[in-house]
Amino acid sequence: MKDLITLNVFRYQPEKSKEPTYQEYEIPYHKDWVILDALNYIKDQIDGSLTYRWSCRMGVCGSCGMMVNGKPVLTCATFLESYTPGPIRIEPLENFPVIRDLVIDMSDFLEKLKKVKPWIIRKDVGSEDREYLQTPSQLADYKQYSMCINCMLCYAACPVYGLEPEFIGPAALALAQRYNMDSRDEGKNQRMKALSHDTGIWQCTFVGDCSAVCPKNVDPAGAIQRYKVEGASNWWKTLLLPYASKD
Amino acid sequence: MKRSFEPFWWSLFGAGGALSALFLPILLLIFFIAIPLDLIRSPSFETVSEILEMWWLKLILTGVISLSMFHWAHRFRFTLEEGLQLHRWDRIIAVICYGTAIITTLLSLIFLY
Repeated sequence: MKDLITLNVFRYQPEKSKEPTYQEYEIPYHKDWVILDALNYIKDQIDGSLTYRWSCRMGVCGSCGMMVNGKPVLTCATFLESYTPGPIRIEPLENFPVIRDLVIDMSDFLEKLKKVKPWIIRKDVGSEDREYLQTPSQLADYKQYSMCINCMLCYAACPVYGLEPEFIGPAALALAQRYNMDSRDEGKNQRMKALSHDTGIWQCTFVGDCSAVCPKNVDPAGAIQRYKVEGASNWWKTLLLPYASKD
Repeated sequence: MKRSFEPFWWSLFGAGGALSALFLPILLLIFFIAIPLDLIRSPSFETVSEILEMWWLKLILTGVISLSMFHWAHRFRFTLEEGLQLHRWDRIIAVICYGTAIITTLLSLIFLY
């Protein structure tokens, strides 16, 4: 007889009921299945109405983040085996509004992402006849922060974001740092305005869960702390030398 | 744009964390372990007061006491506001926490100088 494992899946179908429910699915257990394989099995074989996001199934697209037994994970990179004998509880990412079943509304995150201007800012944009050279060590300065795949696991893990929804949050701050530390970028002062605000870096209390759950080892908590040191020294500089500050 | 005052408190918090991590274990080792266990001879009151006459020692001691208190104040403020969900009392909590640190700093100045 085949081994079975039970999945307890969060369901929210606004046209049927205003309240979310949990539905139990018993599926065959395979040692080499990830949670996403199990969800795909449910959708194909048991219940086609189950809704969730996924795309690449290889930890690059960042769309299959969910809460598994209360922890935010990429379901394509998390094996059923880690949760035997089950049951396994699957819920949408915490701290976000739910649209349907396991699908969350990410518009708040996208708004915040825009605020930190996550692109290279230069005064001489448009001169296509030149290259912007960078040494390997200049690349190494920001490379870690550029690995972010916008999966939002860090937002689901961040207790501060849960309590203070206006907090810009870990991934956006780490991405700001990615561009600030890029030797080709000249937009640091512009970004600092959004970041040194009360809803920016100063709301972080260094819980560190964002870095613990990050599937790409981006370490947003580290990025924010480095930013605080810089923000604080800037603050003292403008206090002590008010006429020396630029912009 | 409104200028955030958080960097000021955070600087004191950060400096306090670094200083207390450096100095408090040494002070605790000397005064709470080594002396009570008779591992080193307890200095007399006169010796201690004499040592405390050195201006740079006073400066270090005031720094350690004051900044450690600001470290506590900042952390305790957020423990209360976020841990216990008391955010709407932010003003009063901040005044009490940082006020305690300011008073402790003043007391250390009064007693040392």
